[in-house]
Amino acid sequence: MAEERFQVTRSKVNDFALKLANVNGTGSSSANNLLMRAIFRMGVPVSGKNLFPSNIQGLPTWYEIRVNKYGHVSRAREYDLMVAMNGQTYARDVAEVTSGGFTMYDSSWPLDRDLIREDVTYLGVPLAEMCNDEFKGPRERILMKNIACAGALVAMLGIDMEVIAQLLTEQFAGKEKLRESNQRALRLGHDYATSHFDYPLPCRIESMDATRGSILIDGNTAAALGCVYAGATVAAWYPITPSTSLMDAFAKYCAKFRRDPETGRNNYLVLQAEDELAAIGMVLGASWAGARAFTSTSGPGISLMQELLGMGYYAEIPAVIFDVQRVGPSTGMPTRVQQADILTCAYASHGDTKHVLLFPAHPAECFEMAPHAFDLAERFQTPVFVLSDLDIGMNDWVSPALEWDDSYVPDRGRVLDAGELRELEVFHRYEPADAESVAARTLPGVSELGAYFTRGSGHTIEGAYTEYPEEYQAVLDRLSRKHTAVAEHIPAPIVDDRAQAPLGIVTLGSCELAVLEAIELLGKREIAADYMRVRGFPFGAAVRAFLDAHDTIIVVEQNRDGQLRTLLTLETPVSKEKLRSVLAYGGYPLSAEDVVDGVTKIVEA
Amino acid sequence: MPSIVKPVVTHPGLDRNALGLTIRDYEGGMSTLCAGCGHDSVTAAITHALWESDTPPHMIAKLSGIGCSAKTAAYFARGAHGFNGCHGRMPPIATGASAANRDLLCIGISGDGDSLSIGLGHLAHLVRRNVRMVYVIENNGVYGLTKGQFSASADVGSTTKRGEANHLQPIDPIFLGLSVGATFLARGFSGDKRQLVPIFRAAMAHRGLSVIDVISPCVTFNDHEGSTKSYLFTRQHDVQMTVTDFVPPAEEISATIPTEGVVSIPMHDGATLRFRSVPDGYDPTDRLAVMEHLMSARGRGEIVTGLLYIDEQSSDLHELGNTTEAPLTQVPYEKLCPGSAALAGVGFR
Repeated sequence: MAEERFQVTRSKVNDFALKLANVNGTGSSSANNLLMRAIFRMGVPVSGKNLFPSNIQGLPTWYEIRVNKYGHVSRAREYDLMVAMNGQTYARDVAEVTSGGFTMYDSSWPLDRDLIREDVTYLGVPLAEMCNDEFKGPRERILMKNIACAGALVAMLGIDMEVIAQLLTEQFAGKEKLRESNQRALRLGHDYATSHFDYPLPCRIESMDATRGSILIDGNTAAALGCVYAGATVAAWYPITPSTSLMDAFAKYCAKFRRDPETGRNNYLVLQAEDELAAIGMVLGASWAGARAFTSTSGPGISLMQELLGMGYYAEIPAVIFDVQRVGPSTGMPTRVQQADILTCAYASHGDTKHVLLFPAHPAECFEMAPHAFDLAERFQTPVFVLSDLDIGMNDWVSPALEWDDSYVPDRGRVLDAGELRELEVFHRYEPADAESVAARTLPGVSELGAYFTRGSGHTIEGAYTEYPEEYQAVLDRLSRKHTAVAEHIPAPIVDDRAQAPLGIVTLGSCELAVLEAIELLGKREIAADYMRVRGFPFGAAVRAFLDAHDTIIVVEQNRDGQLRTLLTLETPVSKEKLRSVLAYGGYPLSAEDVVDGVTKIVEA
Repeated sequence: MPSIVKPVVTHPGLDRNALGLTIRDYEGGMSTLCAGCGHDSVTAAITHALWESDTPPHMIAKLSGIGCSAKTAAYFARGAHGFNGCHGRMPPIATGASAANRDLLCIGISGDGDSLSIGLGHLAHLVRRNVRMVYVIENNGVYGLTKGQFSASADVGSTTKRGEANHLQPIDPIFLGLSVGATFLARGFSGDKRQLVPIFRAAMAHRGLSVIDVISPCVTFNDHEGSTKSYLFTRQHDVQMTVTDFVPPAEEISATIPTEGVVSIPMHDGATLRFRSVPDGYDPTDRLAVMEHLMSARGRGEIVTGLLYIDEQSSDLHELGNTTEAPLTQVPYEKLCPGSAALAGVGFR
């Protein structure tokens, strides 16, 4: 096998995927980030997806980078280049290389002959050997091995060394020694590659201008910023993957933006609760008292919050809940992605309940939907869920730079102050209701005239305890009308019906990129489809119109049971037979190929 | 309508507090508890303490969970907002309310089922956070609304009406509090309002969480022979460990009052706690000594009452959080939003 000879099939400039297989806890993520950021800096559309284990050290972890000049950066299923640094997963990793592709491995040790594929080119770099010679101490040797590997990749992918050097300078500002050793390790790998292989590879980077004005950001950071901008002052949470980084970011930005410069005191309070039951309780208590309050969690936390979510709905208390979805049921796979909390959130808690859901598709929408969620929660006095997911929340996305409209005024909903109360003959908590079936509320600490007893037990429109059917139903029926009224305030679906096709593809959240790419690929196969991405629940007129206008509708989502499809059949007049499903729920982010395969199967059946 | 509105009857001769309000102004709805229920006496003591404390009713927030105890939040301070939450979940709801508006006088009313079974974890963490609020446990050893099952505070050997004995060890909120860092612990008896009122007043002035465990007999399910939470049993075994006066800031302690044997503890707002009678060697600020005294009293079968432990030095939730002095609900939005310019540094570019 000649390492120096490449089987060039077609140009893969700015159009390829690579995967780095590592052991977690060895510092590979900073090297991975370096590559992703360098590609972004070179102006080329890119995505980086971290497939990590629920573990601290020693288990397999992968990082997938997809580069695509057209912006199609949903997850690839095959890889042009595999960086196989983990013996535990070597066989599995090499099997994922596309025919004619490449595998880079650490040639400090001989390669198992059984694992060699004839249609793949192997690039051996003696990383461990080089780093053992160059660096002292086991920790540094392990860390620098990753950087040296990145150096070899920089050479093979044609990444600009100047860009890399600049990134290191930024990353290690004020830590000259670290910068120097990283630079040295990079150079080590780089020089080995350039002196042993024909470089760069056919799959390589050439500078473009497609990321100008964009940023790299993850959805949890963007959501946290959205909460800061929305004016949230109380946040309560219990640590859970993959939502933890949302609250970490909130605390970080609050420390930066919310510390009073004069007094040094905080205009916020983050409460790490004893569990998720407490977290939502704190949010309800704070919202009841008049603060903008929120929690961030994931599926298991949603399960624990059910009881108080029902109370929030019935007693009409605002709350914002970020659910960064992961794989269920039960503990499931905490570090893998799914969209499987749709139904449990839509109808969270016992009894007749219905909630308001928002479905962001990317970090910028996490940012935008945060203030919107607070506006809806306070205007309609009800819990509002923002259903993000692990892929959006924890991976860096190329995103348009976040924008904020300084003229934004929070919609605090109908809250009576002392003066307004004085003008009333009498205050009743749940009447009179406005055109959207919302009654004005009052806050504690304002006026005796607005005092009432908030309760999750049966109550009258005055707010008093009742067990009489007609009094109980009067409140429950209004809640139903109120939920319906929210529909017109949900962000309109994103629709592309230029194809004017009888087939419509409906999706939500992080499926967007894969579905849009799939629609293009399907077009090449003479399968035309219109597109709709729903952005929240309850569903508005535009969602119903799209369902009406198409003969066949395929709902693409990441769960086993077609939860969005179920919600559409339950909550719109669409006939069940018209809706078909394409589902991916193994825990990896959706690929365009998953969608193409699924849709083709349905259309050709 | 199954709730009963209490008629407001004010006698012209009633005393008025500094706000010009009579005790009637601190009353609430009509109690729907059983005649003779200990909880109604607790309500009366709270009502009295609130009136004495000159707290504007609208600055009070009443919070409760589920159970007979939870209902009592409706029976005082009708001018205050109330929050009757879910079973055992009042502590986090109160934490949130206090976090949002630190000026509220939060009064939590709970029971032994609410606090020591379903909500035990929340109570422990409320104590750890030292949320500034008054937390009352109306403790009767049974579940009343579900007709007389033992709660987690039932003593070993105590029997139900039908004569079945409890074999499980009780959870004592005072010991729990001592072990997780409580800063104010008291036990009272619903039958002794004279003892309860100064305890409640001190609790309202305390900087941090005050836990008041009140033995409050259930006349319907736990007031029989064989019960260790009956009126009779409690009276026979009640030992007042401490007798405390609450001296508000305005009333200077007169030098003429004999001070021998009196331990005075200054409170942060200028009030003073005078421990008029304490056993030899009892220091209500010494956690270990208090624990030892209570342990040996328990060995003697005594139901120890009084203000048992106080720590005015520890930081409360807002001090620990370095929160701004004004309630968070009153910070104007302009101070909360960093504005578009601050986004320039966000994200990797």
